[in-house]
Amino acid sequence: MELPVLPTDKTGEGNVIVTSLDTLFNWSRLSSLWQMSFGLACCAIEMMSTAAAHYDMMRFGVIPRPSPRQSDVIIISGTVTLKMASRVKMLYEQMADPKYVISMGNCSNCGGPYWEYGYHVLRGVDRVIPVDVYIPGCPPRPEALLEGLMKLQEKVRAQGKDIEFTE
Amino acid sequence: MEQLGIIERLQSAFGETLGVWHASNSESAYARRMGSFFQVSDPARLLELAFFLRDEPALAFDSLLLLSSVDHGDGSLSVVYHLESTVYRHQIVLKITRPMAQARVPSVTSVWSHANWQEREAWDMMGIRFEGHPDHRRILLEEDYPGHPLRKYFKEPDFYHGMKVPN
Amino acid sequence: MPEILERNIHSHSLLHASAPVHLPDRVEPKRLHTEEMVLNIGPQHPSTHGVLRLEVVLDGEVVVDVIPHIGYLHRCFEKHAENLTYPQVLPYVDRMDYIAAMSGEHGYVTAVERLLYIEVPEKVEYIRVLFAELQRIASHLIAIGTFGMDSGAFTPFLYCFRDRETILEMFEKTCGARFLYNYMWVGGLSHDLHPDVLPMCRDFLKKSRATHQEINDLLTFNHIFVERTAGIGVLDREVAINGGASGPMLRSCGVKWDIRKDDPYSIYDRFEWEVAIGSSDRGEPGDSFNRHWVRMQEWEQSLNIIEQILEQFPRQDATDVQSAIPKRLKPPEGEIYSRTETPRGELGYYIVSNGDVKPWRVKVRSPAFSNLSLLPLLSRGYLVADLIVILGSIDIVLGEVDR
Repeated sequence: MELPVLPTDKTGEGNVIVTSLDTLFNWSRLSSLWQMSFGLACCAIEMMSTAAAHYDMMRFGVIPRPSPRQSDVIIISGTVTLKMASRVKMLYEQMADPKYVISMGNCSNCGGPYWEYGYHVLRGVDRVIPVDVYIPGCPPRPEALLEGLMKLQEKVRAQGKDIEFTE
Repeated sequence: MEQLGIIERLQSAFGETLGVWHASNSESAYARRMGSFFQVSDPARLLELAFFLRDEPALAFDSLLLLSSVDHGDGSLSVVYHLESTVYRHQIVLKITRPMAQARVPSVTSVWSHANWQEREAWDMMGIRFEGHPDHRRILLEEDYPGHPLRKYFKEPDFYHGMKVPN
Repeated sequence: MPEILERNIHSHSLLHASAPVHLPDRVEPKRLHTEEMVLNIGPQHPSTHGVLRLEVVLDGEVVVDVIPHIGYLHRCFEKHAENLTYPQVLPYVDRMDYIAAMSGEHGYVTAVERLLYIEVPEKVEYIRVLFAELQRIASHLIAIGTFGMDSGAFTPFLYCFRDRETILEMFEKTCGARFLYNYMWVGGLSHDLHPDVLPMCRDFLKKSRATHQEINDLLTFNHIFVERTAGIGVLDREVAINGGASGPMLRSCGVKWDIRKDDPYSIYDRFEWEVAIGSSDRGEPGDSFNRHWVRMQEWEQSLNIIEQILEQFPRQDATDVQSAIPKRLKPPEGEIYSRTETPRGELGYYIVSNGDVKPWRVKVRSPAFSNLSLLPLLSRGYLVADLIVILGSIDIVLGEVDR
């Protein structure tokens, strides 16, 4: 991240950083996105694998928290059924602002493989809650989930500024 | 005991009018499992038959493997019972067919407690009533879901609790 | 025992007026007037293995009744199976029991091959059994890891996932997918075995035996773990058979019933291995400790089977794995019930065919569904923390319960 740095003092070390409050807040938010463990189906296993030692989501600052009050991001991993949709909405509303939503996997993006004959499947979780990042895949590899997290971090970094978020 | 032996036992105990034995006409090694079933013609005697199959020492069908429901597409529904004996290792298949307007069958929950959830699912998916079931409610879908989905001419609802369902 | 208060939500008629209370000896029940409380666990909860909702009626900390509510992951598998052709159904079979996808596929292709009277080449059978046993180990690793996590031990979870990554690497080299493979096709396989897999398997055997010993030391023989699981959630033998239990849940009661031995399919009769059943060394047969113990022993027996496969594998065989796949999959009219032994229990497929390229009806006998229906029976009278342990020991996968 780019921080305007004052000219160093006579000892050669800069010890004052001047930046905007927005940048500081965005930086602290994106470095500690606590996720609500909301595993629904097969993608939840890939989410668990990403949190385990091999891929290690925690080095990005992402810690699984069980309660919606203590989390920043909810990763909808798995198929959202009609029965579950009202509970997803309730959990999303219980989260405190600023909150972000990652839709992981084809099922929560658009209904996935169940789009055609699934009478009990919600075709995309964006029919009930607003989504920030969509991660394609069935299931997405752990690397794909990490890339999705990094995209969300880019989005958070650009928050509140007059920058067009084109990527 | 061979399948024919079991059928002879049944017919000697209940008479010839209990049902019809449809044997699979294949000579292959899989003939034992392939399509042979006993079509029970009088549903009112089902409970008596079930108790006999379970308690008769030579038959000892102590395990209900699966209870499924089939829609034949011509206005009739069937309930299919797969039974097995862990003592003698023999299996038998019972089938009861009813017209859709009178889809009522006695419940065998008092014989095999496995049937409890299996019958609830058959009610949920196919709309077959099980008389005498202790807890006759839907198991997979919500109580207010319109229709029974696995019927052949089922059409999914357009809106459910305010959410758009079709594609 | 206070009277059961009337609840205006679905009254469960199997509720008994008085349940036996299993408090430890040193706790004395206080003689105070108490009322019951209904606690809702789930559908989002860190310890339920998926979206399962448990309505628990509590008297203090003692469970009076628990009513499971399922269907939050009902993805209409059976409707899809009626509208797609036989090979197209295979990815959906994967996604039902997503933790042991190879076993689910094995069951489905065995059923359809029996309908079609196809025999597959020997090499295909060996690869299928090898992958099914590797998948059994991978699934038990998750079951053991999450069971440890439910009881409070976090470390075995990480060790189990580390080992599972090795197995997934072998699968990925062969068919390209980490899990949800779409690998076993009706009449053959989608890809031939990758040349690296057999040497990787040999290394994996050594490492896995060491991990097995490690998990035994860390978890199974750990005094705290034994105290938490022995004698908890005891399942009676007759109740288990009558109630439709299968797999490790049935075998932990002392019933020696394994479909690989009692109703053999594929080439399982060529290998020598033991069926693991529960014992009374620690706890009693049918309790949560024995369900865990049966899984640990099955892991070891699967390693024995894999060792024998590595010896017997037809390495010089150059048959094409897709040679027996029919050009047009159109089974004759008929029906079949075919079952296999998955890590969870007996997975059965009842397929009705009317001679078309699409099945007329596919009904799945899901082991997790039947095992879960026994949860209320197992947990009456225990504490809430024990309820979580019992649920973990049943080892359910909601994709399979709800289909």
